[in-house]
Amino acid sequence: MPDLSRLLRGHLILVYFFLYAPILVLMGLSFNKGGMPTAWTGFSTDWYGELLESPEIISSALNTLVVATVSTLIATALGVALAFGVEQRRRSSGLDALLFAPMIIPDIVLAIALLSFYTLLSFSLGLVSIILSHVVFNIAFVCAIVRTRLRHFDHSVVEASIDLGAGAFTTFRRVTLPMIWPGVLAGALLAFTLSVDEFIIAFFTAGPGESSTTLPMRIYAMIRFGVTPEINAMATIVMLFSFTLVLLSQRVSKGAVTGQ
Amino acid sequence: MTPRLRSWLLMLPGIGWLTVFMIVPCLIVFFYSFFERGIYGGIDYIFGFQNFARAAEPVYRTIFLDSARIAAEATVIAVVLAYPAAYAISLAPKARQTRYLLLVMLPFWSNYLIRTYAWIVLLNREGLINRSLRGVGAIEEPLPLLYNEFAVVTGLVYNYLPFVILAIYASIQRMDPALREASEDLGAPAWRTFLRVTLPLTLPGVAAGAVFVFVLSIGNFITPDLLGGGRLQMMGNLIYDQFLSARDWPFGAALSLVLIVIMMLLLFAQAVAVNRAQLEGRRGDA
Repeated sequence: MPDLSRLLRGHLILVYFFLYAPILVLMGLSFNKGGMPTAWTGFSTDWYGELLESPEIISSALNTLVVATVSTLIATALGVALAFGVEQRRRSSGLDALLFAPMIIPDIVLAIALLSFYTLLSFSLGLVSIILSHVVFNIAFVCAIVRTRLRHFDHSVVEASIDLGAGAFTTFRRVTLPMIWPGVLAGALLAFTLSVDEFIIAFFTAGPGESSTTLPMRIYAMIRFGVTPEINAMATIVMLFSFTLVLLSQRVSKGAVTGQ
Repeated sequence: MTPRLRSWLLMLPGIGWLTVFMIVPCLIVFFYSFFERGIYGGIDYIFGFQNFARAAEPVYRTIFLDSARIAAEATVIAVVLAYPAAYAISLAPKARQTRYLLLVMLPFWSNYLIRTYAWIVLLNREGLINRSLRGVGAIEEPLPLLYNEFAVVTGLVYNYLPFVILAIYASIQRMDPALREASEDLGAPAWRTFLRVTLPLTLPGVAAGAVFVFVLSIGNFITPDLLGGGRLQMMGNLIYDQFLSARDWPFGAALSLVLIVIMMLLLFAQAVAVNRAQLEGRRGDA
């Protein structure tokens, strides 16, 4: 009988291959001089240069950074407060469901719901409506990550600080915040990543016109047009950007990314 | 300030945001689903069940069933691939498990569009796979790998596999290793220990992962759009079309409601199954 654990390990390696080979192929092709997957015609970074010269791509990248930054800041403030409030109470399944819903609800449903909502209110669509919408799922992720952090939190330290005469605000700033800071930062980094990559909700709530096009919307339009070397270069930049943020998040708070 | 009041004040902004920007919009969709499409694409506020009756028509029923079949295929393949991978990670030395898991989850947190696009590059007629196969003389004509069900299922499995591995790994972690050892000490062969002890105890993780893949697949719109080449319609595409091309919002709202109901039923079934498994586990202890 073959060694079972060795078979399992072999399977795991194949799974990693399945997960990473497509991404690595893309990244490799982005440096192909000829640009096409048909033949390797030499190393070049021309396609990256081409990207930087496209005003549409630069402006949509800036839009994406604005949306991600503002929605992350709002979601982090609200999500951290929410996590504190929730963890001070008895567990309620209704509340848990509300906080779980933004993570599980299909994007397309939230997207059309928000579009209906803004249209009914005659709220003009643009970067602001995208930001308001992105805060919804970002709150849930920040809150979930900070909650796991709070559950391992030693409350006696807070009591000690108050017993020693520190006020509530000082205790929060000098004791509580430094202790949960890694969770807050990890949650914010993941929220930022999600917002940078989010396409469907942005697509539905951006409204007509070029001025509020985000980078994923631009990528979607390019992909529908066909396989081009510029997309490979852009894909490489976007993937490396996400990977960096996610790894950073895992670094500041171990377990944030892997849900432990 | 009482602790109760403080807790409420802390939760208020977050819950308020979710209420305004999630619950209220979803309620609007709920109400729209009972109204009619106006002549110019607006909404006529005439109450009725006509949208649901229409959703049950053969044209749409076919799309539901197709979506459900594709989602089920993706779910089964993802679980079959994920279980041994999660098991392999749980057998690794403790210190390395988190790193292995991070490597699984890294693509999951990155751009969905790009991960899907990567498969267009691999699967198209002039793509890497067809080129290589022709290069070694295995095939004469390029294989039709893209713009069909195969491509869509591959894309769905690819995108959701990491989460299934995570869910199953978590349930393996929660399992008391003493139970497995007891079974082995009592002389059960490894395969029986797996079938009678490990598998039932990790079923909640399998169920959680499966529900997740199924729900997100059936409501998917990017993968069928990009890898199905518009030939394959799934529930997500149908909803998309009602809102952006057909401009029949009430019908699109009704379809979304159907999707949400399917999702809630599956989550409920999963919760019931987990509860029952735990109950039986407790009875087993006594």
